[in-house]
Amino acid sequence: MAQQSLPDKPIPYPTQETSFYWEKCSERELWVRSCNSCKKSYFYPRDFCPSCFSRDTAWIKCSGRATLHAFGVVARAPHRAWAEEVPFIVAMVDLEEGCRMPTNIVDVNIDPDDLKGDLEIGMALEVSWDERTDGYIIPVFSPV
Amino acid sequence: MANISRGAAIVGVAESDDIGYLDNDKSDLQLHAEAAYNALEDAGLKKSDVDAIFASGNTLGLAEHMGIQPKFTDGTSVGGASFVIHAGHALAAISAGYCEVALVTHGSAGYSRRFYAPPATVRDNSPGAQFETPYGFIGAPINYAMACSRYMHEFGEERTREAMAEIAVATRKWAKLNPKALIHDPKAQIPLDMSFDDYHNSRWVCWPFHLLDCCLVTDAGGAYIITTPERARDLEKPPVWILGAGEGHDHGMISQMPSLTSLIARETGPKAFQMAGVNHSDFDLAMIYDSFTYTVMLTLESLGFCGRGEAADFVKGQRTAPGGDFPMNTAGGGLSYTHPGAYGVFLIIEAVRQLRGECGDRQVPNCNLTFCHGTGGSLSSGGTVVLASD
Repeated sequence: MAQQSLPDKPIPYPTQETSFYWEKCSERELWVRSCNSCKKSYFYPRDFCPSCFSRDTAWIKCSGRATLHAFGVVARAPHRAWAEEVPFIVAMVDLEEGCRMPTNIVDVNIDPDDLKGDLEIGMALEVSWDERTDGYIIPVFSPV
Repeated sequence: MANISRGAAIVGVAESDDIGYLDNDKSDLQLHAEAAYNALEDAGLKKSDVDAIFASGNTLGLAEHMGIQPKFTDGTSVGGASFVIHAGHALAAISAGYCEVALVTHGSAGYSRRFYAPPATVRDNSPGAQFETPYGFIGAPINYAMACSRYMHEFGEERTREAMAEIAVATRKWAKLNPKALIHDPKAQIPLDMSFDDYHNSRWVCWPFHLLDCCLVTDAGGAYIITTPERARDLEKPPVWILGAGEGHDHGMISQMPSLTSLIARETGPKAFQMAGVNHSDFDLAMIYDSFTYTVMLTLESLGFCGRGEAADFVKGQRTAPGGDFPMNTAGGGLSYTHPGAYGVFLIIEAVRQLRGECGDRQVPNCNLTFCHGTGGSLSSGGTVVLASD
């Protein structure tokens, strides 16, 4: 039987509220929304502030620095696109700008017999970039 | 708010004709209808008595499939908690006079239909598809792992792991006593006399979850019937009264969860218990949605059975197992009885059977008061109901 090639990993389909975010990602810059009324930054990007519902919101450029908030080390691929990449790390990270985003942690050697390894919540991370199909570049993080 | 405690009763419960790894091409609708038929038979009611349908999603297709023309439907679909929340909604609808006989039903061929997710054929531009899926946030083990890893960080990895093992082993002891539990099927790959070593040695799905931390994916239908106090008293089997109900939701996607170590159960539990006029120490049995061993720990804390970070002490020494002083998930739970992808309806089914004293080897003695707590989505939705025997 001919070997079937693996599907591509899912890519984002931007909307009017998110196209700026993804355009900036393609330039390897991370931007998030921030509310001018209640001064909170938030993720994911949308026009209305999810805290105070103000429409007076802005984009801010991130430093790319973050800390690890939570993570999982995936041993069983959740989708065929990752079939040859397990184990890999899914995570939530706290950006220096004050909001939290889902991502992957990359550039970490994972021992299949000790999946957690040296990963520690609170560890310092910096943004890195993962090239996907159709020209999409998505922000991921690696240990500093 | 009007006091509608005891304003309706559960009078019939049932699974579909068979549950488990069926491999027999039964559809979701067929499993729904079998469960509904069996629950009506259990209640001593006819299909023509049903005037309301509660289901997660497709109420129209379901009503059509069974030939019912309901005057009230509720398709609340908030994950596996839906069918616990439906009990509160049906209590409200019946108390307000919108309907008299409510059928709450679920059916899903979760096992026979399971496969790796196919590539998307439509451009899904939802927030989840844009910001979580590209990273591989797909499926419950990965989403729930976020919360569990954070809990381990805040309260200690070792004691968390010990508590997960306690729950994993205790729940399988109950399953062994339930002939309908999947644990009796060798294909389930759960040792019938599961040991702590079996737990610690089971393969990783997504760290921090071993395979034996995770609920099953089975084929199953389940249903229950709720009706007015007047009609309930006319039926042959004793009614099970709904004393209290609470519902809450605090996010959708896991990455939006306000605190990974606190569930909305912190609001639904006190609300339901207060409405019922009962305290934590009054319960004879706890029925808690065990999507993962960890979900149970977090639920016990959020409901207030113990303080934050104290679940490990609470479940120590097989306290929730047969013979323990805090019987929990006596059917064997989503971990080892059945779990077709959304489980809440089976919490209610077992609770009613326990309150009626129908549970044979696993019967909790003098079981008169229990609660069910469902958690759905990515720890997103919560529903608590308090149930009592006649």
